Amino acid sequence: MNPATIDAAVAQLKFRDPATAKALVGRLHEIVASLPRKISVMHVCGSHEQAIAKFGLRSVLPRDLNVIMGPGCPVCITDMPEVDEAVVLAQQGARICTYGDMIRVPGTTRSLAQAQAEGANVEVVYSVSQCLDIARAHPDEEVVFFATGFETTAVATAAVALDANVPRNLTILSAHKYVPPAMEIVARTPETRIEGFLAAGHAAIITGWGIFEAFAAEHRVPVVVAGFEPLDILAGLVKLVELARDGRFEVANMYPRCVTREGNLRAQEQMWQVFELRGGHWRGIAFVPDGNLVLREAFAHLDARRRFTIDLASFYDGVPRSLTGQCICGPIMTGLAAPTDCRLFGRECLPESPVGACMVSSEGTCKIWHQYGGYPELGDVREHRVGD
Amino acid sequence: MRTLISDFIAGFPPAPTALIGLAAMDDGAALPVGDQFLIVTTDSHVVQPIFFPGGDIGRLSISGTVNDLAMMGATEPLGLTCALVIEEGFPREQLERIQRSIQETCREAGATVVTGDTKVMGRGEVDGVILNTTGVGLTRRVIPDSGLRPGDRIILTGTIGDHGLAIMARRHNLSMDADLRSDVAPINRLVAEAIAAANGSLVAMKDPTRGGLSSALHEMADKSGVGIVLDEASVPVNASVRAAAELLGLDPMHIANEGKAVMGVRPEAAALMLAALRAHPLGARAAIVGTCIAEHRGQVILDTGLGKRLLAEPEGELLPRIC
Repeated sequence: MNPATIDAAVAQLKFRDPATAKALVGRLHEIVASLPRKISVMHVCGSHEQAIAKFGLRSVLPRDLNVIMGPGCPVCITDMPEVDEAVVLAQQGARICTYGDMIRVPGTTRSLAQAQAEGANVEVVYSVSQCLDIARAHPDEEVVFFATGFETTAVATAAVALDANVPRNLTILSAHKYVPPAMEIVARTPETRIEGFLAAGHAAIITGWGIFEAFAAEHRVPVVVAGFEPLDILAGLVKLVELARDGRFEVANMYPRCVTREGNLRAQEQMWQVFELRGGHWRGIAFVPDGNLVLREAFAHLDARRRFTIDLASFYDGVPRSLTGQCICGPIMTGLAAPTDCRLFGRECLPESPVGACMVSSEGTCKIWHQYGGYPELGDVREHRVGD
Repeated sequence: MRTLISDFIAGFPPAPTALIGLAAMDDGAALPVGDQFLIVTTDSHVVQPIFFPGGDIGRLSISGTVNDLAMMGATEPLGLTCALVIEEGFPREQLERIQRSIQETCREAGATVVTGDTKVMGRGEVDGVILNTTGVGLTRRVIPDSGLRPGDRIILTGTIGDHGLAIMARRHNLSMDADLRSDVAPINRLVAEAIAAANGSLVAMKDPTRGGLSSALHEMADKSGVGIVLDEASVPVNASVRAAAELLGLDPMHIANEGKAVMGVRPEAAALMLAALRAHPLGARAAIVGTCIAEHRGQVILDTGLGKRLLAEPEGELLPRIC
């Protein structure tokens, strides 16, 4: 980290100015109070929930504004059979590389961390490019990158796939997901009654905000692209309830310092060169048409699913199922249930022994609720500015 | 970790004469001796790396024990013991460096090592070196970590997060140009100033080591049966620590310190005690950071300036966040 990075991080603090926040919160209360009924909006990004929780924003939001956390955590929506595939490959002797949180996500019988404890080779990587070094360092082994995450990480995987010097012993097990189709699912679920979407700023950096225009028009719902600092989120919410109040079903970009209408064209080009869309299950949610990013035919040589026989059927044969079947991740991620509605939450399912994926990732709904106390009622706590 | 410890010590019979014994899970024990109390505390130290920016295992082991005595009110250590377990082949020059560091830290604290022990274990049977120190000291008034009541102010003696981040940056090879230095230091003399200035109104004290400020406040709130409202903006954090923690996805509230104290003081004595702390070089950045309330017993409520939330108790090892 160089001093310039530090300056940048400190400069970021201006997006945390309490006075500006207070003004935005005041505006939010005004608008919501002027509405005839309660309003529910949804964000579809774990990082949004993280920031909302970290800065205590829920304690100042109007009671009649329900901000629901949607299917926005890439770790949480990775399907159990996808984890099982990685576990089976690890047990077959492949060296599995993946992002940190993924190793603790429970599969049908075990997580990658448990497979590792039993002797499998599992490595945490910070970036897909590390897999290249690992594959070169172990030329006699099959190295598999268990690739998870949304557009934001899929573009990095694509860049590696396009590298002419990919070692022969490296393959990709893609569990990459594409966000827009999941928003479709939620918008079509009538009982959710979502009146506005807060879209994730980092994914929009890649896709551009224009991608949401057809969605907003078709589902007659406003979409606001927002960043991740407290003021970004508050300004995004103000814009979102304004648009909802006025019945303006359009897209607003409240993260213009990073997001453009067309997005990062070079990254998009690379992503679609390597991946194509296919329907697939998202953990706990549903079958999401066009929700998965799979490797195209031209990249078959890099596809772990084509290089290896992954025999899930015999893996499932007679194995005891874990508690995971009782986990209600799905309703939680679609905003129909709160973590406290799950009978496992805080009992069998804890951060140190997660049952569901939502308790694993730092972006998972249940982990965040467990860490920050859910939505504690702190309205009775008066101001205790020090020195009073 | 707290559960593990309490399960383990549940196996020991209570000491009948101790004012504060194992069951209190305080920084040390208080045994009555005449009209005073003998404070006894012990700590084993393992740290990787052994030498880190701002200190080393020697400085850490003396400071840790001297500070634990001070947290109970015994600011003048009568004597320390020092036991070493060394791995066969541990470099002699490193051992000498640790020895010099121990002596230097003892001088700062006005403490003396009065007895010790050395064992050598085979290669691979222990990782480098383990240091254990035990300390004893006398006090007329024991300061527990459970003495808070509603209205009391919480004072922090300086910046948080320095030690843990300095270690983490070194351990994970995070290449940082930022000046991350451990705060490890004996603070018994600083504490003595605070006790004198508060004149009986310093009612609870804890050093925010493992688990950071968050763990210390939770323990104090829990044992005292009060809630604590913490004002995030007034908690001193060095800019480099703030930036590094932000980039790594860590909360300075959860990061270990080795030269700080959290003090609970009656409101009328807060200003005087704060002035006394600030007059000492190790307390220059001391600040009033919180207030005790009757509601939300055992909870720590963080006022972020933007809203309020419950401060979480840290769990497990802190690791840089991936995504």
